[in-house]
Amino acid sequence: MFEVPEEKANLGSNSVRIGSGAGFAGDRIQPAVDLVREGDLDDLVLECLAERTIALAQQRRRSDPSTGFDSRAEQWFRALLPVALDRGTRIVSNLGAANPLGAGRLAIGIAHELGLLCRVAVVTGDDVLDALDLSTPCLEDGRPLDARGPVVSANAYLGADAITPALATGADLVLTGRVADPSLFLAPLADRLGWDLSDPATAAHGTLVGHLLECGSQLTGGYFADPGHKDVPELARLGYPWADVSANGEALLGKLPGTGGLLDRRTAREQLLYEISDPGAYLTPDVILNLYGVTLTETAPDRVQVTGAAGSSRPDQLKVSVGYQAGHRAEAGISYAGPGCVERARLAGDVVRQRLAALGKELRIDVVGSLSDGAPGEVAQCWLRVAGLTQSLVEAETICHEVESLYTNGPAGGGGVRTHITEVIGILSTLVDRDAVTPTTTVLEAS
Amino acid sequence: MSEVRLYDYAHARAGDKGDTSILSVFPFTDGDYPWLVRELTAERVQQHFGEEFQAEVRRFEVPNVQGLQFVCRQALAGGVTTSLALDTHGKSLSSRLLALSLPSPNAAEAPST
Repeated sequence: MFEVPEEKANLGSNSVRIGSGAGFAGDRIQPAVDLVREGDLDDLVLECLAERTIALAQQRRRSDPSTGFDSRAEQWFRALLPVALDRGTRIVSNLGAANPLGAGRLAIGIAHELGLLCRVAVVTGDDVLDALDLSTPCLEDGRPLDARGPVVSANAYLGADAITPALATGADLVLTGRVADPSLFLAPLADRLGWDLSDPATAAHGTLVGHLLECGSQLTGGYFADPGHKDVPELARLGYPWADVSANGEALLGKLPGTGGLLDRRTAREQLLYEISDPGAYLTPDVILNLYGVTLTETAPDRVQVTGAAGSSRPDQLKVSVGYQAGHRAEAGISYAGPGCVERARLAGDVVRQRLAALGKELRIDVVGSLSDGAPGEVAQCWLRVAGLTQSLVEAETICHEVESLYTNGPAGGGGVRTHITEVIGILSTLVDRDAVTPTTTVLEAS
Repeated sequence: MSEVRLYDYAHARAGDKGDTSILSVFPFTDGDYPWLVRELTAERVQQHFGEEFQAEVRRFEVPNVQGLQFVCRQALAGGVTTSLALDTHGKSLSSRLLALSLPSPNAAEAPST
């Protein structure tokens, strides 16, 4: 069992402070460092895994077995391990992606290099690709999982019960692959507050806290500002959120004093309903969460109290996210400016469409940008964008070449061609019995 | 009848799950919630986006936070995987929704135009 840090115990409070240091893979690192340094956190959670991320990571791992975890893992570890170990803040993160053990070994190597004592617990077992019958119908339309393209990954959404054994090892850093985002928060709360995860009411409280924090700064004024309409103070210095959670499940949301951003009832309720397809039944591996009784109360500037989460028993099965190769997306563009720019861009679009007709691919053609006709003081300019989905890389390159060739074969004055091809990963879903998934904890030590 | 722009009365957020766009709308003033419930119907939202939204929009009322939740299936051109839109996630749909016009909440007092 993990001991509550002394300075917390001296407050006479049995609440836990859990912070959110990343809401997605591309999040900013410095605000997370500030939060750990000055926020007196018990736990910091980094949520870094979007739906497609793990399939892309799996493919990277296939070509190089030492990779497959978050591509910025080294930056996160180097920035956070020294300050988190110094402050006694535990870190829990899914940046293990398709290779949690690889991420764990990287963390140990960095800790060793920096002369830090560090225990890392790695949670595996989410990868169910080898065990999955790919002829199983997918939930989306009942066609087999492998009917659309080669399947490259299958990961079950593990719950908090897969993470708590890792926390119980006394680890300073817990790394996972695919787990449900709110479970990353529920598990450390349950660990510190002695919660029984099989009690839906309790699991609902922690899941709600996790849901509110999992997108990081989207709770504290990120993704909210609209100048002159919904102003957010000092957006450039946006601070990340935390929650003080008591044993009875009540939570007080806050953010680091002196940082920019905004935490109020408006920002909190946008996050409360974010990506919820049924407010009465939000399915997670830990609980079915009901939001209809949730109350958000502003108790002070940048402080919002949360009460009223309710829940019913967790689903019997776990959701599995299956990634398949869905071809390539080609995007290419060219800019035009000055009088007649829109007409020239449209002509260029027509030309490209005619030249690519033989390819037989549906193209999307947009003219975007400042469509001014050149009034005094304004520069009329616009951007022709051509996008298409193809199976093969060669076809994607053909689309890009036809836009590039507009330089000398298109309307007057085109410039600044940009082309971009991305590999497209499709995602399908299925369900597996809990018995079919065996979460495992591995402990690694740097000393 | 006097019309107002939703943008001046509410804030909104868009999220996505596969090919489903989930739009949350909240009035700036709690007192405007009954008006929003009355006027911002699922049909009105569907009509605003026209053919882009290929399936029926479902609305949830979440009165504890004065929220309206619109769950819009088949709204993202196949979703992040296959969409060719600039904004493949449909994140910007929240701002486009706020461009919608509704009868004024003070229609009784407002001068007719």
